[in-house]
This record gives sequence, structure tokens and C-alpha cells, in this order.
Amino acid sequence: MRMSKIVRTGANLLYPFIIIFGLYVIMHGHLTPGGGFQGGAVVATAAALVIVAYSYQEVTGIIRNVAMKARESVGLLLFIGAGIAALAVGTPFFYNFLANSGLLFGMPVPFGPNPGDLNTAGVIPIMNVAVGIEVWGGLAIILLYMLSSVAKEGS
Amino acid sequence: MFWNLPYVAVVVLTIIALATIVLKKNLIKVFLGIIILESAVNLFLISLGYREGGIAPIYTNAPAAAMVLPTPQALTLTSIVIGVATSALLLSFAIIIWKKYGSINLDRIRRLKE
Amino acid sequence: MIPAFIVENSPALMVIVPLVAAFITPFIGRISHALRSLWVGGAMAVTSAITLILALDVYATGTRLYVFGASAASMALPPDSGGIPIRIIFAVDPMSALMLVITAISGFAIILYSLASERSYSGLESYYTLYLLMITGILGMVSTGDVFNFFVFLEILSLASAGLIAYRIDGGVAVEAALKYFVLSTIGALAILVAIGIYYGEYNALNMAMIAARMQFSLLDQVALVLIIAALAMKCGAVPMHFWTPDAYSMAPSSITALLVVASQASLYGLFRTVFTLYNLSLNAVTVGWLIIILGVLSMVVGVTMAIPQKNVKRLMAYHAVSQTGYMLLGVGVGLAVLGNQSLLDAFGYMAMEGGLFHIINHAMYKGLLFLTAGAIFLRIGTYNLNRMGGLGHSMKWTMVFFVIGALAIAGIPPFNGFASKLMIYESVFIFNPVLAVIAMVVSILTLASFVKVFHSIFMGPRLPEYAEVKEAPLPMLFGMGILAVVVILFGLFPTIVVESLITPAAHALVNQGAYISAILGGA
Repeated sequence: MRMSKIVRTGANLLYPFIIIFGLYVIMHGHLTPGGGFQGGAVVATAAALVIVAYSYQEVTGIIRNVAMKARESVGLLLFIGAGIAALAVGTPFFYNFLANSGLLFGMPVPFGPNPGDLNTAGVIPIMNVAVGIEVWGGLAIILLYMLSSVAKEGS
Repeated sequence: MFWNLPYVAVVVLTIIALATIVLKKNLIKVFLGIIILESAVNLFLISLGYREGGIAPIYTNAPAAAMVLPTPQALTLTSIVIGVATSALLLSFAIIIWKKYGSINLDRIRRLKE
Repeated sequence: MIPAFIVENSPALMVIVPLVAAFITPFIGRISHALRSLWVGGAMAVTSAITLILALDVYATGTRLYVFGASAASMALPPDSGGIPIRIIFAVDPMSALMLVITAISGFAIILYSLASERSYSGLESYYTLYLLMITGILGMVSTGDVFNFFVFLEILSLASAGLIAYRIDGGVAVEAALKYFVLSTIGALAILVAIGIYYGEYNALNMAMIAARMQFSLLDQVALVLIIAALAMKCGAVPMHFWTPDAYSMAPSSITALLVVASQASLYGLFRTVFTLYNLSLNAVTVGWLIIILGVLSMVVGVTMAIPQKNVKRLMAYHAVSQTGYMLLGVGVGLAVLGNQSLLDAFGYMAMEGGLFHIINHAMYKGLLFLTAGAIFLRIGTYNLNRMGGLGHSMKWTMVFFVIGALAIAGIPPFNGFASKLMIYESVFIFNPVLAVIAMVVSILTLASFVKVFHSIFMGPRLPEYAEVKEAPLPMLFGMGILAVVVILFGLFPTIVVESLITPAAHALVNQGAYISAILGGA
């Protein structure tokens, strides 16, 4: 089933903006309200929008099953990888070894009221990104699978 | 009294949810009951985290007032995430049952007993 | 011999390895199916090895603490937290170690079995992913020291189990069973979450040791206790809430059923952990003890009476699983009922608890074995219906041997392990209350009768014409069953060694709440 031209054009227009906004929420998870799951859910609504607007055959051309599956696994592996990296440094699993180290995301938090520095918080932004990718892939794949089983029934 | 209102809402939501789960015959409505129950529990957790006069635990130069431990928020978020997975799995089951049985009425979903 | 790195980080590694392996499995499956079998088998072997290393270490050196995200693994109380353990903690004491041993042995035996039994089905990458997630869930549940973490692992376990129960859709019937299981376990998990919220609101802590140290046993705590007992008794299949068990156990693939037995015992562990570690003497031990005893006796009696008329062999075994859970509840319930009275505890309380805990590990082994033999039979003849079976003893000799071992063990015949633990339960419960012991023995006799009937209708009689071509189960399945059978026999032959080295420390760890608290909070 596909919706009217107005809906499809609207979806086309909104699609990149939703994704950008979601990625913003993911990236600034350690500074502003939101984070990996919330941002990932926002990005996945872009996929939901496309699914609502287009027919199943068209959707699978835009959002590919395999790509979403890969996101799901890669996100999780990145998340656990960030935890395992702490083991390699010789500290317990999930220890925030990057915070205040001067490396990636390793700047100390500036004192007093300030807008927030993106380059802080150690492994937390990395985990946010990982969760964001994971949720993006996971929610999109759930929607796609549900759509596919309903679509096969309908046709 | 006023600050107990969230807990009153929790109780009302729980009753609505349990009534839905027990009384409704439509599978989707039963799932909605479960989702309402999840919301009730989440509301309960988040209400627990409220401390009057407390401040958010994110300031480096915070006034010397009681900071709120962010644990209940973390619990609620985790429980929401689990809730998403739960509803997804439940709805997938509903799709399969509808395809195989041609009905989502609980009275007709009784092939196990035959 | 074993690198110190692995021993130190074993609590984290035993959860990381199956989790990582689970999510790499789909990629490996795209390359080759043989490689995937090797991969999941290897991952499970490594997990089991790490788990056993950890368990041995715990038995040798005492409770192990692992604090996630802290600068040192033993730092339960961060210096700037004001004395509240805010981090997620794994606290592995001998009781947890006992469950770890069970999971390690069963998990490995069952994956070997699955490699052959599931070969002809599609969607295997999801099967193995969910299988490893179930292992993660069980291992996490039994080793965590944090109530909320317990809830999270419980949900991981429920989601993965529900997916696996529905795995062979079977015209929708398996999905119906999974739906029943999952709706119940979701509601149960939410009840647990409410209880966790109550603890947090009262004591500002989620750490089990911290809650235990501050436990007041107010009205709210009683509500929380009721919610947790109800939810976990449902999850472990005790009688008033057992109705999901036969459906889920009979519709799941047999390998998964065997793992579900372990999973329901992880819930049982949660129940014991709550009652003994969180509450211990602050609750009214006699009342709650008797509550658990009554749950246990009901489970024993109702389970076995429902089992006898069943025609589906897996439904029958599932009802026996309910009945056997009753023995564990009975044993540990008697221990709880005399908690606080040192002389009674020494006289028979510890022994009853040891019997109950010993029965947990025995049950996981022989019931897993029985479900696996049922799966092997199904693989060869395609039915679970007892009326359509017969004469399989001619063609499936090894399966028959394993079935006999499992059946004799569950009926409590010496020299198998079921006898050892049941004897401990009879002896100690008889001193506590003779009626209960008599009920337990009658149930045991009924179990034997039921399994004699099953054995006769599956294996005895002339070779049936429709099963003339039936072959023995494939080798990996026999290996999987063989591991469990060897454990059943070894535990039956040397019960004293097992009880002294595995069970007694676990029972004492449960009873001794102070030691648990001080191991985590450091002498507080």
C-alpha cells in the first residue's frame, strides 16, 4: 500500500532532517537530554515514516534489511568493545579509562556554568554512538520484519 | 497530599491495566494492558526519584543543595528500553497467531488443549 | 596455569563471551554453516570453562566481587558516594557458584546436542544467538549482586526464552505457548520491578548487600516480598502458577526445554536469594518457610498427578519438572522454617537445605537428560505421542540407556543422583514433620510408576513396522546426553564428595547473611 503524493513528498523532505536531528541527539547524549537510545529511536522514526509512506517493495529498496541487521550487530559489538577496551588497559569492564586522559573525548569538564564541551566524558559518547547505531538498526529491523509478514499476507 | 498524586495515578493506571489484561478478549487489547502496566511502573519509579528542592546532578559549580541521585531515571530508561523489546516480541507473536489462526480472539487461541 | 587476567576478570568475561559470540553468530552463519557450528560450540566451551574457573575460584577463596566501571574490581563503595554502592556489582558467593556449575555443564551439553538436533531447521542464526543470550541471562541472574541488574538479566532471559519457545512455529501452537509464557513473565517481571522500586524508595540502594544491611521489614517490605515470591514462584513453575510450564516445555525444541529447566532454576535461585540474603531473620521465618513448604508440597502432588494421564511425553516430563521443583522448595523451605534456631538448624535444617540445593543440580542434570532423549526420539520418529511409540529399544539403544538413567534418577533409585538428594530431603524433613516426608516418598513412588509406564510404551514391545527404518540418534546428540548421564552417575556414586565440596558451602552462604554483607560492604 502506498500513500498519496503529498505524504510521499513530505516523507522525502523530512527524512534527512529526522536523521540529522537523531544523530545530533545521539552525539550530544552526554551534554543534553537524550542519548543513544533516544537518538536512535528518533532516527528509526525516519525509517518508520518511509515505511508508512511507501509500499513494501519500495521500502526495501530504500532501507535495506542487511544494512540494518549489520547496524544492530555492529552497534552492540562497538558498545561491548568499549567495555572490553577497559579490560585491555588493566581496569575492570566498563571502566571509563578515556575520561580526563586528554585522548579522544578525554578533555576535563570545564568548571562552572558553560554550554558544555563535546570533547569530554571519555567512553560515554562512544557508548552513546554505539547504542544509537544499535537502536537505529534494531527498531528499523523490527518494523521491516513486521511489515514484511503483513505485506505477504495482504498481497 | 499534592505530592502523592503521582502515586494515585500509578494505582489508577495499574487497576486499569490489570482489568484490561484480565477482561479483554482481543489479543492487541491485552498487549495494550501490559503496556499500560509498564507505564504505571515507570511512573512509579520516576516519582520515587523526585526530591523536593533537589538539583540535577550535572553541574560542576553547583550550589550546596541536595543533588538528586539519577538512579531512578536510569532505571526508568532501562525499563522503557526493555518495554520496547517486550512489545515488539508480543506484537510479532500476534502477527504470527493472526496468520496461523485467522483470529486474535483469546477464546479462539486454544489449540494447545486439543 | 590459568592466566591471572582470566581469573581476575572471570565474572565479566563469562557474560561478555556469550554476548559477543551471540551477535557475531549471524555474520559467521553467512560464511558457512559448519564454521558457525564450530563457532557457537567453541564460544559455549569457552564460556563454560570461564564459568567453571570462576566457580572453582569462589569455592577455594570465598566470595568474589566484581564492580563494573570502577577503577578496581573490588571497589564496591566509591570514595565519593557517601557509603552507598551505586555501581553494578557481580557478587559470586558459593550459592551463585553452584548455579554457575549447573549452567556451565548443561549449557555445554545442550549446545553439543543442538548442533545435530537443529541441523535441518532454518533460521538457525537466530536460534544460536538467542541460545547464547539465554546463557548470558542465566549467568547474569545468578551472579549479580544488584536487584535491578537481576531484573535486567531476568528480562533478557525471558525475551530469549520466549523467542526460542516460539522458534518452531508448529502451525502457531508453539507461538501460543510462547505467548502464554511471555505475557506471564512480563507481568511477573513488572511485579519484581515494583518491588525494586519499593526497596529503592526505602533504602536508597539497589545493592543486595546494602538493602540486606538496612532491612527493616516494614509493611512496604512485606508487599515487596509478596510481589517477588509470587513472580519468581511463577517463573520457576511452582503449582498455583504452573500452567505455563507444560505448554512452554512441550512446545519448545527439546534442547531449549532442557535449558528452560536451568532457567527456571535461576528463578528459584532468585527466590532463595531474596528470602535468605535480602530478608533472612528479619522476616517471620516460620510463616514464610511454611508458605514455601506448602508451595513445594502442592507442586509435588499436583505435578505428579497431572503427569500420570499425559499422552505427550514432553508434557508428561514437564509436569514431572513441576513436581521435582516441589522437592527443592520443600527442602529449602524446611531450612527457612527453622532459621534462627541454631540447634534445629544443625539437627536437620542444614541437611534439608542441602538436600534441596543438591536436588537443584541433580534435577538440572537428569531432567535435562530426559528432555534430550525425548528430543532424540522425536527427531527419529516425528511424534511425542506415547500411544504411537513402541519397540524403539531395538533401534535406539544408547538413547534407551540414557532414558533409563534419567528415569531411575528422577524416581530416586540408588545409585543415581536423584536418590542421594531425595534421601537427604526425606531424612531431614521426617524429623521436621513426618507427614511431609511421607508425601514426598509417595510422590517419588508415583514418579517411578509413571516413568515405568513411559519406558514400557516407548522402548519395549516388538519392533513396529512404521519404525523399522529408525536409526540411533546422531553422535553429537549422544555426546550431549552422555555428558549429562555421566554427571548423573558420578553424582549418584559419590554424593558425599559433591555435597561437601559444592552444596554445604552454598547452604551456609545462603544462611549466613552477615558474611554476604561484609564480603561486599567490607565489614559494615
